[in-house]
Amino acid sequence: MVRIFVCVKQAVDVSQLKVDSATRRVITLDAPKKISDFDKNALEEAIRVKEKLGGEVFSVTVGPEDAKTTLREALAMGADKAFLISDPIFENSDTLATSYILAEAIKKIGPFDLILCGEASIDSFSAQVGPRLADRLGIPLITYARKLDLEGDAVTAERSLEDCSQTMRAKTPALITVTKEINEPRIPSLMAIMKASKKEIVLWKAADANIASEKVGESGSAVQVLDILAPKMERKKIVIKGETPTESAEKLAKALVQEGVIGR
Amino acid sequence: MSEDRGIWVYSENKELMLELLGKGSELASKLNTRLTAAVLGHDVKEQAKELVGYGAQKVVIVDNPQLREFQVEPYLSALTQLTQQHKPELFLIGSTRRGKELAARLAARLNVGCVPDCQELNVDDQGRLLAGRIVYGGNAIVTQVFRIKPQIVTIPRRRFEKSEYKETSKGEIIDAENIQVEPSKTQVVAVKPIEVAETKIEEARVVVGGGRGLDKKEDFKILDELAQILGGQVGYTRPLAEDRKWFTEWVGLSGHAISPELYIACGISGVIQHVAGIRDSKIIVAINKDPEAPIVEMADYIVIGDLYEIVPALSVALRKLLAST
Repeated sequence: MVRIFVCVKQAVDVSQLKVDSATRRVITLDAPKKISDFDKNALEEAIRVKEKLGGEVFSVTVGPEDAKTTLREALAMGADKAFLISDPIFENSDTLATSYILAEAIKKIGPFDLILCGEASIDSFSAQVGPRLADRLGIPLITYARKLDLEGDAVTAERSLEDCSQTMRAKTPALITVTKEINEPRIPSLMAIMKASKKEIVLWKAADANIASEKVGESGSAVQVLDILAPKMERKKIVIKGETPTESAEKLAKALVQEGVIGR
Repeated sequence: MSEDRGIWVYSENKELMLELLGKGSELASKLNTRLTAAVLGHDVKEQAKELVGYGAQKVVIVDNPQLREFQVEPYLSALTQLTQQHKPELFLIGSTRRGKELAARLAARLNVGCVPDCQELNVDDQGRLLAGRIVYGGNAIVTQVFRIKPQIVTIPRRRFEKSEYKETSKGEIIDAENIQVEPSKTQVVAVKPIEVAETKIEEARVVVGGGRGLDKKEDFKILDELAQILGGQVGYTRPLAEDRKWFTEWVGLSGHAISPELYIACGISGVIQHVAGIRDSKIIVAINKDPEAPIVEMADYIVIGDLYEIVPALSVALRKLLAST
C-alpha cells in the first residue's frame, strides 16, 4: 500500500491583491486565500497514483487555523486525511523555519513512499521549502517533474531544465516537486465535497510535533521582510497622433530609432 | 585554513557565472571585501584563469572526476564544505533550475537563509545587504534582509551586466583541500537536449505581442512581418492560447516573463496578469483602438487606432528607415 504526503500551502490569491496607491504598499492582510496552484497539481498526481496502486494520501499544511478551508478542498479532491500544523508562534516564519516545522510534523506522521510538493507557491514563488525539506529528511529529491511513475521502490520522473530534459530515477522514500504541466487538477464533485466534510483534519500545535519554539517564527527565521511594495511604473506615456495611419506609423518609427531600440 | 568572509560566486552556467562576477565586483567594492569564484568540475584550470580575467580576485577549484557532470548531491556537498571552510559572508548563486535547488539545499545544510531570484541587490547605509525579489505574481517587490550569515542569494540570467574581460587582471588560483564528495541520490537515466531551433522569447530583443484585438489566427501574419523587420519574435496573450486555443504558450504572469528592449503591444488591453510578464521591457509601445485601455497607462508610446492599419504602416515606415541607415 502506497503512502503519499502532499504539502500544500494556503497562498494569497495574487489575482485579487490590492495596492494602497498613496504608499505603493501591497495589502496582504485581508487578501483572499486559496490552495497554491501547483500544490493542486501535486495533490492530483498523488490521488492518481493512489487510484492506480491503492494506498492513502495525506495532505499537510503549516499555517493559521483558517487554513482548514484549504485542507477541506484537498480532502474534497481526494486526500484521505489532512494535518494542519498551526501555532501562533509560527507567524513570520521564513522558508528555513517552515521547512523545519514540516520536517518535524512529517517525522511524527510516520513512514511514507513519496512526498509531493508544488514546484513553488504562487504568492512567494521561492521554490525553497520542497528542496529544504528533502535535505532535512535526507531523502532523494527530483524537482520540476512534469511526469511521474512509481513502481515498487523506484520513482521515475521527467523534468525540463533550461538546456535539456532529463529522466531521473530515485529510490523511495523520495520527495518530488511538480510543475503545472504534469496534470489537470480535478474539480471536486458536490458528492466529493460532502464526503470531505466527514474526513479527519488533525490539528497539531508546536508541542504536539516536538517543534522547538526558538527555531520558528521571527526568531527562528534567517530572513526578514523589510517592505512589500508595488513595482514602480514609470513610463513616458507619449501619445503619437497623425492625420493618417501612415503618418502615425512614421512618427512612431522615428521615435523608436531615437530610443535606440531598433536597428543596430 | 584561510577564512575569507568575502563574497563568493558560483554557477554551473558559464555566462551567468560572468554576470555574477560583474555584480559581485560591484558589491565587493561597496562592502570593501574580496570576490572569490568557486569552480567545480574536472580539468577546469582554464575556466579558472578566465574568471580571473573577469574580475575574480581568487578562484577556488574543486577538481574531482566525480564532478565531471553536474549532479546535485556531489556539487552540494563540495559547496557546503567550501562554505564551512572559508566562511563567505555572501554567496551569489546562479538562478537556473539546477542552481535554485542547489542554493536552497546549501542554505538548508548550513541552517541559513536564501533569497532566490533577486532582481535587486544593494547595500544600505548601515552596510546591510538588501535583497529585492518579485512576488505575488509580479504585483509586488519584497525587500528582505538577512539576520544571519552566510547570506545566500540566487540571481537570474541577464539581470546584471558581466564585467569586462581584462587580460591584465591578477588573481590567486588555489585548489580546495579536504573536500569529500557525496554520491548522488538520484540517477539520470535519459537526457534529451531541448531543440533550440527558434530562439526563446525570453532572449528576443524585440517582441511584438498580439491580443484579443486580432480577429483571426491568420491575421498574425502582419505581426510576424513587423517582428521579422525588427529581428524580433511574436508573443501572445493568455486568452488567445487558453480561450481561443490558437497557441500553447503566452506572455504574462502564468506564462513567459520577458524583458526585451522593445515590446509592441498590438490589440492588447493590458490586464495586470499580462503586464506582470512585460513590465521589465525597456520601451513599451501600445497600439490600441481603445484610449481607455489599461495598456495606455503603462506604455511609453501610444498610437490610438486600428492595429490592422497601424501595424502594416509601421512595417513600411520601419523598412524605409532601416534601409536608409
